[in-house]
Amino acid sequence: MTQNELDFLKLTALKVRRHIIEQVFNAKSGHPGGSLSIADLVTYLYFREIKADPMNPADPGRDRFVLSKGHCAPALYAALAMRGFFPEEDLVTLRKVDSYLEGHPSSREVPGVDISTGSLGQGISNAVGAAIAGKLDRRDYRVYCILGDGECEEGQVWEAAMCAAHYDLDNLCCVVDLNRLQIDGETEKVMNPNPIGEKFAAFGWNVIQIDGHDFGEIGSAFRAAADEKGCPTVIIAETVKGKGVSFMENKASWHGVAPNAEETAKALQEIDNEIKKAEVQNG
Amino acid sequence: MGKSATRDAYGKTLAEIGADERIVVLDADLSKSTKTALFKDKYPERHFNMGIAEGNMMSVAAGIASAGKTVFASSFAVFASGRAFEQIRNSVCYPRMNVKIGASHSGITVGEDGATHQSIEDIAIMRALPNMTVLSPCDAAETVFCVKYAAATDGPVYLRLGRLAVEDVYGEDASFEAGKGVLLRNYGDDVTIFATGFMVQQSLEAVELLREAGICARLVDIFSVKPIDREIIVKNASETGRVVTVEEHSIIGGLGSAVAEVLSEECPVRLKRIGMEDTFGTSGTPADLLEKYGLNGAAIARKVRDFVSD
Repeated sequence: MTQNELDFLKLTALKVRRHIIEQVFNAKSGHPGGSLSIADLVTYLYFREIKADPMNPADPGRDRFVLSKGHCAPALYAALAMRGFFPEEDLVTLRKVDSYLEGHPSSREVPGVDISTGSLGQGISNAVGAAIAGKLDRRDYRVYCILGDGECEEGQVWEAAMCAAHYDLDNLCCVVDLNRLQIDGETEKVMNPNPIGEKFAAFGWNVIQIDGHDFGEIGSAFRAAADEKGCPTVIIAETVKGKGVSFMENKASWHGVAPNAEETAKALQEIDNEIKKAEVQNG
Repeated sequence: MGKSATRDAYGKTLAEIGADERIVVLDADLSKSTKTALFKDKYPERHFNMGIAEGNMMSVAAGIASAGKTVFASSFAVFASGRAFEQIRNSVCYPRMNVKIGASHSGITVGEDGATHQSIEDIAIMRALPNMTVLSPCDAAETVFCVKYAAATDGPVYLRLGRLAVEDVYGEDASFEAGKGVLLRNYGDDVTIFATGFMVQQSLEAVELLREAGICARLVDIFSVKPIDREIIVKNASETGRVVTVEEHSIIGGLGSAVAEVLSEECPVRLKRIGMEDTFGTSGTPADLLEKYGLNGAAIARKVRDFVSD
């Protein structure tokens, strides 16, 4: 990855983070912690990896994305808006009564959302279905899916894992956002889902471990996933919950709580400082 | 007129309409029982066994449907509607995916497998879901209509099917209308029986017994439990003054409740609900179970007679 590309992705991810904080603040509810932990992954997916056209969001040949951890909708909405699927100014209507930006993403309402999610464990099965359809139709689109590590406590994740390997779905690439925290605390204390990579490997998946905030590693992982034939790939991405906002980092308490005005100002200040630095680097 | 199980008509019809390449069929290790194996024999590339994992099956069905397919997902009614309820709710109904649930082995006439396999609450939970259509055909011809209707109509459909071979009610040339009940017998104005599924056959026997006993009943087949034919319910209720519902299902939440909702809003009359009275079934032959729970023709006639003379 060139330095220019890296600078661009860093700056874009900062803008995604800014949108996340603004959305959740305006909604007075939502999930900042996990949205921030997947911000770099979602940025890479929507600005480098996923082939989809904002002018033709229902193109049958498009790549699919399923946010299995649907509560992190603010990250997805930010990326979709910045890619032009809908106006960026609509982001602040998140969770408002007549907004199409539901608390969890709805495929019936939001341009660019391929599949409705929100109930944990179901998104990965939806992604398996989309991948099966791709194989049936002999289309070369790929299906991407982001899961939470806490979500891997859902039995359905492993039903889907079994099914994807059984049908050799090499057009499916899942990412586990391994931030090690869930609502009630550390995943290892609440209900230990680890080691998640070994479990997927046992089900017959290609497993890649990366730092989920390192764009070089993210890019290499998606390329390796695309090259893998005969089985699905899971990228285990080590992340930091709340990444990019100092007082939210590694705190389970920021899973599903909106920042107040003061906290929002502080968070935006931190992000804006980083944006200024990144803009200088971007020239 | 012959005798066959509605699940047979389901499998045969899927095989018949399977030339349409949009149709994809999923099963959960029960394809020989749900009869989707008949589709698999003709179109193996579009039949996917999902193994014993019904929750995953429903969400996978939604994912396949998201690519423009018409997906039939099959299992026993108790697992399809019960185990996978929340997947049907959130993966299928909320996004209004084009998924049809072929739920065989409904009701107590599953027989010897016993209570764990006898679905008696599926109509209640499926009809509570927004965007869901609930169809409960009584025989082969009606099942053929329902399967073809489901395939031709966008959105979620729950097809309630049976294991037991049952007498044909309709000839092959019978015609049906979506969302409409069928007035099968009209012997007079004493009472109207609304029945669904295999209870239509039992009620046909009951209305003859009642007639011999001097009670002039009407019988309406309600194969479309949702949407329900409000017009036929209100018309016959107002003309006969008394209404009985009969279903191979709990009297809580099923056809009885659906009819009660219409009557209490539009035409309050006396209502008697016949079905499983807030109890689980048990093992036994279908005939023994119908006798035990008062759901054969004779028992229905007895209950209606008591109700009418009450």
